[in-house]
Amino acid sequence: MGVTAEERLKDLLVHGLAGDEAAYRGFLAGLAAHLRAFVRRRLARMPDDVEDIVQESLLAVHNQRHTYDAAQPLTAWVHAIARYKLVDHLRRVGDAPLGGDAIDEAAELLQGADHHAAEARRDIGKLLERLPERQRRPIVHVKLEGLSVAETARLTGMSPSAVKVNVHRGLKALAASLKETR
Amino acid sequence: MKTDDMIAMLATGAGAAPRHVAGRRYALAIGWGGLAAALLMAVMLGVRPDLAQAAALPMFWAKIAYTGTLTTGSLVAAARLSRPGAELDRVPGLLAAVVLAMWALGTFSLLGAEREQWRSLVLGQTWRVCPFLIAVLSVPVFVAVLWAMKGLAPTRLRLAGGAAGLLAGACAALVYSLHCPEMGAPFIGVWYLLGMLVPAAAGLLLGPRLLRW
Repeated sequence: MGVTAEERLKDLLVHGLAGDEAAYRGFLAGLAAHLRAFVRRRLARMPDDVEDIVQESLLAVHNQRHTYDAAQPLTAWVHAIARYKLVDHLRRVGDAPLGGDAIDEAAELLQGADHHAAEARRDIGKLLERLPERQRRPIVHVKLEGLSVAETARLTGMSPSAVKVNVHRGLKALAASLKETR
Repeated sequence: MKTDDMIAMLATGAGAAPRHVAGRRYALAIGWGGLAAALLMAVMLGVRPDLAQAAALPMFWAKIAYTGTLTTGSLVAAARLSRPGAELDRVPGLLAAVVLAMWALGTFSLLGAEREQWRSLVLGQTWRVCPFLIAVLSVPVFVAVLWAMKGLAPTRLRLAGGAAGLLAGACAALVYSLHCPEMGAPFIGVWYLLGMLVPAAAGLLLGPRLLRW
């Protein structure tokens, strides 16, 4: 089962990285269920934080997608990111770090799946509103309204490459602001 | 925002991911950092005046090979540690083997020399300044490599910082060997290594703070 999840998700990601947005969306949706099961098992004492970490990990996966090498197992890559975000979260809330074995089992990440998303405590939509205007507007137009980069460039008066850069920087800033609010 | 909506947001307009980001960032970091170190060496210390004659000696090339392979090896280590989940595999072992090879060469040269010469073979003329100067020359490469890593995603921050420091040190030692008049393998085995370990230790200490994302 783990093998098939690895193959299926990897195939979606590879196509997604090449520019196939439907495949990429399928990858993120499939991954979210695995991440949720993975995080929930490790945060039994903090069930309210689970969805926040799932979202934080998804955002990290997206922001760092250029570091994925198709020669590498997807499980190892995703697990390292999820583990990093989980440990970071536990450090921030001042909780004792999990025992090494508890989170070091990479192979298990894609084995469980949990499709019951709880409410996240943090509202990413609200955090988005706090981004600087030059990052917020390109994100709203391109990522929420689904406008093209060219249309967004026309609306904002930015160059197309500035639109792309600001979307990227804005999502990184969003990831940073997730770390500060809880 | 619900997770499904967030996923839709991330996927919408995502386009193709930028390719070869790691290669590009490391090429820039080593290129500019190495150039800055070379300029610093040329202005502050000067290229050794007998470079042409020295280039005829095997020991000169042993120094270049030593620092060059350590640069390559630590570059591979740093690049892997910039990628979540990538393994170091045999890279640390290969780096250690290079150091051991220089130690073996140093041992042979000590065994082949008179006891009275040992001191000068190990200490040379410049042991007091060699590690310090290598550490100074490593600063621009260190900064540049940390910049390269910041655009990637290291998850083992202490190790990644250490690899960045070792890479900076090895690169600086390579540049320094164009100035350094020392030709003894025992000297290279001790003082060059020490010079490279200074930035490596700094990276180990600073990694978790500087590389967090």
